[in-house]
Amino acid sequence: MAWVNAIIQGVLTGGLYALFACGLSLMFGVMKVVNLAHGDLAVVAGYLAIGVIAVTHIPVLWSFVIVVPLMAALGYALQRTILQRALDRGALTTLLVTFGLSVVIENALLQFFTANTRGIGTGLALVSGSFSLGSQIQIGYLLVVIFAVAVVVLLGLQYFLSKSRYGRLIRAVADDKEAAQLAGADYRHVFGIAAAVALGTVALGGIAYGMYSQLDPTAGTDTILLFAFAAVVIGGLGSLWGTLLGGVVLGVAQQIGAQINISDEVLAGYIVFLVVLVLRPQGLISRRAGS
Amino acid sequence: MTGPAVKGDGGERPADGTPLLEVRDLVVHHGQLCALDGISLSVFPGEVYAIIGANGAGKSTLLRTIAGLHAPTSGSIRFDGADVTGLRPERRAAQGIVMVPEGRRLFGSLSVVENLQVGAAYARPGPWTIERVYEMFGWMRERRNQPTAQLSGGEQQAVAIGRALVANPRVLMLDELSLGLAPVVVQRIYGMLPEVLQSGLTVLLVEQDVSQALRVASHIQCLLEGRTTLEGRPADVTADQVEAAYFGLAGAIPAGPPPGEGSEP
Amino acid sequence: MSLVTDTAARPAEDFRVTRSRRNVAWTGAGALIVVVVLAYFPYIVYSGTTAILVQAFIVLTLASMWNLLAGYAGLVSVGQQAFVGLGAYFVLILAIHGTSPFAALPVAAIGCGVAALPLWWLVSRLRSGYFAIATWVLAATVMLIIEKFSSIGGGTGMPLPGLAGFSPALLTAYTYWAGLAVTVLALAAIYLLLRGRLGLVLTAIRDDEVAARSSGARVGLARMLVFVVAGAGCGAAGAVLAISQLQVQPSAVFSVQWTAEMAFATIIGGLGTIEGPILGTAVYMVLQQTLASYNAWYLIILGVVAIAVALFARRGLWGLVDEHLNIRLFPVGYWLRTGGERRGGRRP
Repeated sequence: MAWVNAIIQGVLTGGLYALFACGLSLMFGVMKVVNLAHGDLAVVAGYLAIGVIAVTHIPVLWSFVIVVPLMAALGYALQRTILQRALDRGALTTLLVTFGLSVVIENALLQFFTANTRGIGTGLALVSGSFSLGSQIQIGYLLVVIFAVAVVVLLGLQYFLSKSRYGRLIRAVADDKEAAQLAGADYRHVFGIAAAVALGTVALGGIAYGMYSQLDPTAGTDTILLFAFAAVVIGGLGSLWGTLLGGVVLGVAQQIGAQINISDEVLAGYIVFLVVLVLRPQGLISRRAGS
Repeated sequence: MTGPAVKGDGGERPADGTPLLEVRDLVVHHGQLCALDGISLSVFPGEVYAIIGANGAGKSTLLRTIAGLHAPTSGSIRFDGADVTGLRPERRAAQGIVMVPEGRRLFGSLSVVENLQVGAAYARPGPWTIERVYEMFGWMRERRNQPTAQLSGGEQQAVAIGRALVANPRVLMLDELSLGLAPVVVQRIYGMLPEVLQSGLTVLLVEQDVSQALRVASHIQCLLEGRTTLEGRPADVTADQVEAAYFGLAGAIPAGPPPGEGSEP
Repeated sequence: MSLVTDTAARPAEDFRVTRSRRNVAWTGAGALIVVVVLAYFPYIVYSGTTAILVQAFIVLTLASMWNLLAGYAGLVSVGQQAFVGLGAYFVLILAIHGTSPFAALPVAAIGCGVAALPLWWLVSRLRSGYFAIATWVLAATVMLIIEKFSSIGGGTGMPLPGLAGFSPALLTAYTYWAGLAVTVLALAAIYLLLRGRLGLVLTAIRDDEVAARSSGARVGLARMLVFVVAGAGCGAAGAVLAISQLQVQPSAVFSVQWTAEMAFATIIGGLGTIEGPILGTAVYMVLQQTLASYNAWYLIILGVVAIAVALFARRGLWGLVDEHLNIRLFPVGYWLRTGGERRGGRRP
């Protein structure tokens, strides 16, 4: 029975991982950027939420309303200023710059918030409570809510990309940015929109992570980035719902690892990631062969 | 001659008129290689201006530079009297210079209608709408939700032209329309030129197929290794002159004013 | 008149191909003097200074290796700390079994080079961003696996045996010389490798991989060789680290901070030149020493400077020097000279 519990837990955690992963997948699919600072930006969002709540004393759920748009705006600015310049100079420079950003962000967080972990106290009985299925299965409400939010976000992203004007532009620019220019689209602006969306979703993930677990300055790279990337790779690049599948597979793998040996939770996830990377770099669902 | 006998209304060029599109002494390099070595041309409203020449002559480079995808080393490009040499491609499209690129370059993950919608996203006001494109290419409405990869070469070319038209350009640039298409299909594609011209557009095209170019153009210019070797109206040049200009044979430069200095009397 | 048409117009006898613009013998002599002077340091400076220099040697070796990977082979690895840690643990394991850590050093380097082979097999097909993340995951995985073995310290680490017999002054001196030797050998190895055929192949790959492949260059082999050499070099640095720290802790030797340091030092100094990491390490050490009391600030500043350099001064500090003074201490390119005059050449 402990196994069933673990698997359910793993599946639901997949929702959180999907929230981290969809932004990474979007940025890579559209701009061909592997943003090594992706996880750290999620952590920044979490800390921002902590700060906003501390200063304004608003209810926790309102922090989403403030922080997510703020991070989206930050994403647009970051893309138009730093990332676009890096992209113009090549893939190598882009990797170096995002790596540099990651280190700078982490150390800045370390400097201002110390290495102590912090959580975003939810304060809502609903969210910190849990319900039971039968006598041995306990599921936390929070995790279910996060999973539901992830599904809603993915649905929203799918709608945005397939039906809206900017969604079409994003897909067009991803296909052929020169042809998009000829049609009158400034691809730098479109990239900025994509980055804004990516950072908005990762902010959601970061705040959710702060509620579900504890934030610390190095969580961005220790956990979030690798999990996000693993979810993208396992689920398949170019596939939005693949990030959910990838997240679920990762979460379940981790829980199975934890059942075998409590300290192997993270290691199990890495091993699954490495196996998929070696055997099938294009993932389990791949829209296009060999992106 | 077979095929559409449309030459635009560029029979006589206004002696003192302002060209809609004017290129002066354009020099373009690809790295160390000189692709265009002092090209000049003037396109007047309502004309069909054709650039011909062998592979590597610099035709596509010329169009791409006018579209803004390539920065010239020196020289200028003027559109409707204003200097656009420094403008980004999307700004030029917004002004009315729209190119149908070589090889179609449709958005692969978008459907037919979505390609047109992207073309219309930053459109200028004008007569061309997605509906009108459907009317011009009868088959398109039914298949508008199909992914473009499922279309034939000719159909893809039609979508690419439609995508450019819905932006309501003033100058429509066509880069190698006939590439990879059967002659019958090419004829059909060029068959839409009359309607395009009637809606008030001017056309600048690059064409490998010389006879096709001579059929539709009101003015032609031949390039060879980055230089102009011939320029004038199809009616005023002989087949021998064209051949000589195309291949760079002796006597290629016709007697008369040096190329690039505007229209002959 | 372009270079191409100009050179094509002259007879072949007019041209000579040389390796450097100035006489490289001078640089070689200069380098030798520098090394000899450095070797004397334990006799003339305080142990505090030699300790700082050992740190500099470690960073310089790491930076040179990272530069080889990223600047010459185009492989951005964010997981070289795996080899730093493996090198340290090789020394630890051998020391536990009775070998002197100093004797274990070359074994650690070779061991890491060998260990690089299966790791290369795992990541070699991956490009760019995938490759970077994969190396990161690999390093994290290696650390987690090593932490499971309590006989070598588990998660908390353990002190390095085999050093108790040395007097403090002697230990300091030997550690210093080990660091110096590793650095000199690493730089020499890189210089010789790049001067030879490998350097040509790497330059060709950098310019146009498809063309390089189709002209017969063994692209995969070249990259693998670079990865193995970098693994060995980082392993050697890790061995020196273990000796200088007198202990081996997984969180310290496998920290991604090593990659941050080697990457930033290289970028600031100049990616793609052998001199770059030397300059970059100097900048890094200065920053680290002056800001040491301000905790994480030196990494923040270093990171910001590295980003700025990557965006605005692609070739780094050495690139700026090179452009203005036209010096190459480690010439690995070719110059084309005509008759008695000198003309521009093509440099990697």
